[in-house]
Amino acid sequence: MTNENVKQALQDLFPAPEPIAEEPVVEAADKNGEEKKTAKKKEEPRENGLVERDHAKHGYDIDVQLDPGELLAAVMIIDKAGFFLESITGVDWIKEDQLEVVYDFSRYDFDTYRIVIRTRTPRSKPKVPTISKIYSGANWHERETHDFFGIKFDGHPHLIPLLLPEDADFHPLLKDFKP
Amino acid sequence: MSGPVIDIQPGETFTLNVGPQHPATHGVLRVKMEMDGEYIIKAETVLGYIHRMHELMGENRAYPQVLPNLSRLDYLGAMGYTHGHVLAIERAAGIEVPERAEYIRAIMVELNRVASHLFWFGAFVMDLGGFTPLMYAIQDREHILDMLEAVTGSRLTYCYFRFGGLYNDVDDDFVDAARAFIPRMRKSLKKYAALVTGNIIFRKRLEDIGPLSAEMCRKYGATGPVARGSGIDFDVRKNEPYSVYPEFDFDVPVYHQCDSMARYKVRMDEMEQSLRIIEQGLDKLPDGPIMPKKKPKLIKPPKGDYYQAVETARGSFGIRLVSDGTKNAYRFKLRSPTYSNMHLFDEACEGMMIMDALAMMGSLDLVIPEIDR
Repeated sequence: MTNENVKQALQDLFPAPEPIAEEPVVEAADKNGEEKKTAKKKEEPRENGLVERDHAKHGYDIDVQLDPGELLAAVMIIDKAGFFLESITGVDWIKEDQLEVVYDFSRYDFDTYRIVIRTRTPRSKPKVPTISKIYSGANWHERETHDFFGIKFDGHPHLIPLLLPEDADFHPLLKDFKP
Repeated sequence: MSGPVIDIQPGETFTLNVGPQHPATHGVLRVKMEMDGEYIIKAETVLGYIHRMHELMGENRAYPQVLPNLSRLDYLGAMGYTHGHVLAIERAAGIEVPERAEYIRAIMVELNRVASHLFWFGAFVMDLGGFTPLMYAIQDREHILDMLEAVTGSRLTYCYFRFGGLYNDVDDDFVDAARAFIPRMRKSLKKYAALVTGNIIFRKRLEDIGPLSAEMCRKYGATGPVARGSGIDFDVRKNEPYSVYPEFDFDVPVYHQCDSMARYKVRMDEMEQSLRIIEQGLDKLPDGPIMPKKKPKLIKPPKGDYYQAVETARGSFGIRLVSDGTKNAYRFKLRSPTYSNMHLFDEACEGMMIMDALAMMGSLDLVIPEIDR
């Protein structure tokens, strides 16, 4: 039940519910058969919105893409519903000149459910608000993502290198990184 | 007698560096502690002393080339991590695994879990000042390592699982040795309970020490025995079943005291549950091939985003794989359980005495290469 409520609350975040509410259903239906075709057709980044995924195939249930500005609202909904923070990471989409930050949330009870929140930020000036005020455990994850991708987490209390040396000025997981 | 070298006034604090080379941290971990006498006011963990960038190696090598990397994360429970890796790639590339291989995998992972918990048990009691249990624990662990070595070819850093199956089939010697090991280990567990669990000094050092509330576990994303010692009934093998775990009858030990003793008890009970799984696995072990008949020569998972979680000896280990349809991963994120479990420590140890904090650190079961990756 909680899962349905969370889904509804996350869906409400998006201003234009009509086209987006239609789209995910269609996409989820033909996901099984025509995944490869749709992936090949659409090379441009997907639009913001909520997509349901097949847990058996992808390992998670809900995939939400949103603007960095909506991030805190979404994370607060998830926190209220009792999810725990699994990990935070980045992905460098160099062709689209964007960096993606991916948040995984999961549940402790038997109602297994994994929510993925992703948000994109321009590569030249990557900046995302911190969620370490909501989830204290995000502190290290965000520092690590800052190490590897150079993404600035706005409002982070202690954004210094965690795994890399303290004087490191490189970001090894960027696709244009040359060792 | 001359006066004290460092003159500290009452109320004055000083900084204490625990590590990076310190026997209590079990690896190169450094904790910067601000101390008021023996009490910790503030602690800051400093990581990265053995950071090797496994995630980048996962990106610039082909999928099979990354196989040995995963066992270098956690040298005590390596089998669980390689299991997560092969499951993630199999899920992404849609490779079927023969039933026999699945059962052997589960048996191996559980044997390795017992070995990991045994070593933790010995080291933990040694942290608290009892040296002898380590000798017993290592003796029992040696039986497991011998069994695993005969089949996998290595004692700690296994590269035994392949995409779709296994590198080597088990023989009758292994099955006999594993069957003989179970009653011996059960006897040892009774011995440990009599020798250690009831010991009054041991109990005084652990009971009501190092409380971690369930809410705190949730905020930090703690999993595994750390969460289960705080009353959270969470085990990936039950909550998000994978491989053949739904076929096995086992319990998830949960304790609600939230203290270091609860985490100790969870691990001791888990060993018994692992033995149950091994026993059932050996009984049910089907005949058949250990590699699938049809397997792609070159592994190229279709474009997409995949997540796979497994329960290792230390908690929920996750792999996020972003594939762009080539023979290399586009993004290879490793979510290590101890990373989240260790993150708790900074907040939890505030106001504790240093010896209690070190006892709590031991109860978190740290393996540093796995935090640093």
